[in-house]
Amino acid sequence: MTPEARQIVFENVSKFYGEVLGVNKVSFSLDPGITSLVGPNGSGKTTLMNLLTGLIKPSRGAIYVLGLTPHQPIEFFRQVGFCTQFDSFPPGTNGHDFIYWPLRLHGFGHDQAAKLTNEALERAGMAEVARRKVAGYSKGMRQRIRLAQAIAHHPSVLVLDEPLNGLDPMARSESIALFQAIAKQGMHVIISSHILEEVDRISDRVVLMSSGYVVAEGQIREVRKEVQDHPMQILVRCSNAPRLAAAAFELDHVVEAKILNDGRGVLVRTRDAEQFYLLLNKIVSGGLVEVDAVAPADDDVNSIYQYLIGSDGGPA
Amino acid sequence: MSAQDLVARAQKWSKEQPWRLYGSQISVLVRNEVRRNLFTRRRIGIYLLALVPALIILTHVIFDRNQPAGPAQIEEDTQILAGIVQLYYFRLGIFFACMAIFTWLFRGEMVERTLHYQFLVPVRREVLVVGKFIAGTLVAIALFETGLLACFYLMYSRFGSAGRSYVFEGPGLGQLGSYLLAAALACIGYGAVFLALSLLFKNPIVPGVVIMGWETIAPIFPSWAQRLSVTFYLKPLCPVSLPLTGPLAIFTVVAEPVSPFLAVLGLLCLTIAILVLSCFLIHRMEITYTTE
Repeated sequence: MTPEARQIVFENVSKFYGEVLGVNKVSFSLDPGITSLVGPNGSGKTTLMNLLTGLIKPSRGAIYVLGLTPHQPIEFFRQVGFCTQFDSFPPGTNGHDFIYWPLRLHGFGHDQAAKLTNEALERAGMAEVARRKVAGYSKGMRQRIRLAQAIAHHPSVLVLDEPLNGLDPMARSESIALFQAIAKQGMHVIISSHILEEVDRISDRVVLMSSGYVVAEGQIREVRKEVQDHPMQILVRCSNAPRLAAAAFELDHVVEAKILNDGRGVLVRTRDAEQFYLLLNKIVSGGLVEVDAVAPADDDVNSIYQYLIGSDGGPA
Repeated sequence: MSAQDLVARAQKWSKEQPWRLYGSQISVLVRNEVRRNLFTRRRIGIYLLALVPALIILTHVIFDRNQPAGPAQIEEDTQILAGIVQLYYFRLGIFFACMAIFTWLFRGEMVERTLHYQFLVPVRREVLVVGKFIAGTLVAIALFETGLLACFYLMYSRFGSAGRSYVFEGPGLGQLGSYLLAAALACIGYGAVFLALSLLFKNPIVPGVVIMGWETIAPIFPSWAQRLSVTFYLKPLCPVSLPLTGPLAIFTVVAEPVSPFLAVLGLLCLTIAILVLSCFLIHRMEITYTTE
């Protein structure tokens, strides 16, 4: 098998919705494993996934999934499963039928389709509620039944658009374990998320997107290092702010220490938050400064985007 | 490229196609679509369109049950039935029902945001078009043939043995067969038109009204243009001519009559041409629910 036949390849792909940019000049190739598409809302993650699965067509460029394109739907969709973000279902359907009938369209006979349906329901933890109408499901259950449908035919490429949205902690951890198990079998798992931390620990590689462009792509270790290098802002409300600011400045990793306008606190930017907290503990225990509150000022994903991709993470 | 090469290529292509898979996919699609389209409260309006004439005839039967039931009355009721079929069913009932059923096949799924499920299974989009079209046609035919049969039964059953004699020994059964055939062809023809319109336009209501206008005024256009209207092919199949005068005559005029065989063949050809166009259009379709 050629490398291309195992890869997902985007070749200079652009998508425009009239005047509006969806994604622009996207080129990369992905090997099997877990790949995360990460970016703020409106950055083009869903567009990229819809392009990958043929729900929309590229304005320019070409996409190959294991050497196939959506123009060969029979071969293509036997290899690809897509759990979309659309929270809508055929009216009146129940969980079992939602998975069973698409399997019949795959060409499976009744027995095989029923077997695969039950297996998918078990894997997604939905077996007990399978005969209930989907309309009566909670958001997390709807998410899981869509996941069950996407994996039911044992695809080689599983595409998941914000798959952890709406899941409770237990279901999240089960879903993550499922993604990892699928990836271990040598398959592609492509996950989109606007929360980097959410996919950080399970991804083999990450594609960072902003405003329709791929701004960074590579092994998760590299991105993680960049994130760690990102100076973090910490707000300390305290007495004797000038004393704390002076002490902070003595640390190499502190790049800025700004006394607040009211004089009752300091905003510190540091490359090593751990070390700064140790210093703070020492100062407090020495009785030099009385601390009212300590809070990370930018410990959210948007600040990481701002650092990595120059965006505030808001809707593009 | 020679004709032989073309034939050879067509044969090769045909051999490569998984026809058995297409067949099973179509049967699954039809089953699901029929269930979605036929057995739902949303379709009450279409039931009414199909059954209102039967209800009117039932009222007529109840209130006029003491009227004399001679051959003249049968002849008059035959004309009334012809009017119901040609002016109501072919012009309005089947037209609007097909508009509702066939435009909803794809556009409805766009509105309900469920079409992506159909596009994410290993089904060729042409198969999807054919499956949905067959399902819509079955639903429309089932409803309107039932309505027609009910009208026919109610119209002649009140005449007792004279009615039975008209149906089984006279022209009645032949007329019924012609109406059923024409109604089925109307469902097929209008169905194909509205399926294509739903793939061309986000809101197919306005083009639907334009089509209705075209179907009405087509008889005044040259014969080649008339062949692009569904009613052109239905008129030769109608067994009873309506002696209408004035503006209503435009509904019944047959500008250039063709034989019933050619009418059936012509309508089927027109339907196939429109379905081919639909297959082309479905390939352009993208899932962009936010713009719906």
